[in-house]
Amino acid sequence: MTKNKSALLVGVGGQGAILTAKVLVGGLMRAGYDVKMSEVHGMSQRGGSVSTQVHWGEKVNSPVIGKGAADIIVAFEKMEAVRYADYLKPDGVVVINDYEMASSSIAAGLCEYPAGCLEAMEKHFCCHVLEAGRIAHELGSAKCMNIVLFGSMVKALHMEDVVDWESVIAETVPEKFRALNLRAYRAGYDAVRA
Amino acid sequence: MDRHLLSGNEAIARGAYEAGVKVCSAYPGTPSTEIFEELPQYKDALYCEWAPNEKVATEVAYGASIAGVRSLCAMKHVGVNVAADPIYTAAYNGVGGGFVIVSADDPSMHSSQNEQDNRYYAKSAKLPMLEPSDSQECLDFMKEAYRISEQFDMPVLFRTTTRVAHSKSLVTLGQREERPVPPYARNTRKYIASPANAMLNHPKLEKNMEELERFACASPLNRVEMNGTKIGVVTASIAYQYAKDAFPADTSFLKLGITNPLPMELIRDFASKVEKLYVIEELEDFMEAQIRAAGIPCVGKELTGRLYELNPQLIRQRVFGEAAPVTDVGVSAVSRPPALCPGCPHRGFFYTMSRHKDFVVAGDIGCYTLGGSAPLSALDSCVCMGGGFTVAMGMAKAFEMAGVTDKKVFGVMGDSTFFHSGMTGAAEIVYNKGKVIPVVLDNSITGMTGHQENPGSGFTLQGDMAESLKIEEILRAYGYENVIIVDPQDLAAMERAVQDALASSVPAAIITRRPCLLIKRIKHDIGKCAVDPDKCIGCKRCLSVGCPAVIVEGKKARIDRDQCVGCTVCAQVCPMGAISREEK
Repeated sequence: MTKNKSALLVGVGGQGAILTAKVLVGGLMRAGYDVKMSEVHGMSQRGGSVSTQVHWGEKVNSPVIGKGAADIIVAFEKMEAVRYADYLKPDGVVVINDYEMASSSIAAGLCEYPAGCLEAMEKHFCCHVLEAGRIAHELGSAKCMNIVLFGSMVKALHMEDVVDWESVIAETVPEKFRALNLRAYRAGYDAVRA
Repeated sequence: MDRHLLSGNEAIARGAYEAGVKVCSAYPGTPSTEIFEELPQYKDALYCEWAPNEKVATEVAYGASIAGVRSLCAMKHVGVNVAADPIYTAAYNGVGGGFVIVSADDPSMHSSQNEQDNRYYAKSAKLPMLEPSDSQECLDFMKEAYRISEQFDMPVLFRTTTRVAHSKSLVTLGQREERPVPPYARNTRKYIASPANAMLNHPKLEKNMEELERFACASPLNRVEMNGTKIGVVTASIAYQYAKDAFPADTSFLKLGITNPLPMELIRDFASKVEKLYVIEELEDFMEAQIRAAGIPCVGKELTGRLYELNPQLIRQRVFGEAAPVTDVGVSAVSRPPALCPGCPHRGFFYTMSRHKDFVVAGDIGCYTLGGSAPLSALDSCVCMGGGFTVAMGMAKAFEMAGVTDKKVFGVMGDSTFFHSGMTGAAEIVYNKGKVIPVVLDNSITGMTGHQENPGSGFTLQGDMAESLKIEEILRAYGYENVIIVDPQDLAAMERAVQDALASSVPAAIITRRPCLLIKRIKHDIGKCAVDPDKCIGCKRCLSVGCPAVIVEGKKARIDRDQCVGCTVCAQVCPMGAISREEK
């Protein structure tokens, strides 16, 4: 086993990061890793910024990390990538969904959506940017966006040999969405250049 | 080995089940809620319920203990404030069946109004306290908590924090152990908390605590991990996991599972084996202060601080001065605060409140606390569960005494909060003649914590139908002769209701009634609104309702179709009639 790894899945409440985490954790458990995962419920869910942390290795202690300690951030929304950028290690990897979601303060015209989110992230980190929403939509449903991003994460972290991810996805999602999510996984995987 | 990835809360529920618990009562509150959401799966073996509030839950569970069965109550940290009265006296009286009180604290206030450290409740009420540091310990410690409760004849405080309660880690499950229930026999000497009995119970409690400290010194829940003699760390709860990652590999640990009473001889012995002793704990210096008072030199809060959550990187930085390698990407994200959902029934009410500069609105704890956020900004205060009516009462009396006549005072809370502790406030206002309009925002569910049943919702935690209590009948019985029930989504009706209540010559109250749009068992009237760009003049009035689905781009308003549910509140405020709901 290699050194412990930490992933941050960040986005906006309701984007489906929980299912992504579930697939990731399911595969890691099957591969025999010790796994810990942390999420926060309650007030933060109401359209707010949300983050789920997943940590794995031979033996994991803390279910949360502080700044400068994550191996990868998977951002379901690009401003959220910027918000959590300081949690990444200097050699950390980022998968970013090229998707913009205005916060209530932006929608109200009180402030503007920050310009240059992607460029700023690309300047400092190894970034993989994809339009996961568009890819998901083309595959048949915007709802599989989370698995598109998961496919990208597997490629970006070179995790293909950890476990048979396709069978983990097949077991995790409801049967009627199985084919869709497998296509989503492959599309997300292919969207990232190794 | 079959291992399951469980949150601390799921593991606590499983632990209670395996311990043979028979009666469970709680009021929801983040981060404790999921414990009881897990319990109905075991309803063939145990009874579980949502109680109207934490005090009720504690009393129900304690009553079950007196009757001889193992029982459980659970609450968030501030819930223990509500339940403190029975807890302190239960400590004096002792238990029949094992009795465990779960307190889920919320350092960093992810979903709370303060970050009070409930370990002091254990000290002050004299309760044994167990603190698990991961989900396996949540399960195992629950079973031990019941053994301790029965062995020492004391209720046990089981304290978690958000990261213990909501983090998931691998757990090996066990089997339920059914426990024989002894025949009930009245024991007035033990259970009637009269002064004479309390005089006898208090010294017994002190003696129990002394015995418990000896027990704690030998308990496997308090464990020494010797890795070296240079640095020793005394720690507990989630801070143990953080410290394990933050300190060098040759650090020795005294990992405490029983943190009240502290096993001081064990700590003294551990301290004598290391050159430097650290105490790593979140929030207050609960352990450190006691360890110092026992004459054992140690270092802790002067380095770690007492505010907010810790994590491994923060400990490394504060204890060893090793700053984490943080990258500044040069772009800042703007805040993304939580907001009332599109179609939230509370929106119409708070919009109406926001239009009157002379309204003073005392709010309460729930989704509707978000009515205080911009652009609605329609709250003056929010203190605690049930405080909406009574804080309003105090403000109104102050205005009266100070000769302030231009303020109109409203007290506001949701249906679940009304049943929790708002009813007494409603009685207070009408009986003591307060110039306050109490408003119950009835959305038929306990919203913020994720839809738990309450006495008005018509269902129980175990999924059975129940006769819902009618808020209007309760208010009328109290003496509110003019109870106005209104659909808050109809802004004209909402304004009329407010004016009618203010003009009322008899005591008046308002109930805004529309179910939360997220309740799945109700068929909601969902639609879409759209902006006619030719009619929109870009006045931005539609933004004043604070709906996440309404966006102004350039000079024109736009509705995000993915978010919009067609409630039409924005359409009702548009002066140009530019927004309308699409025909189906």
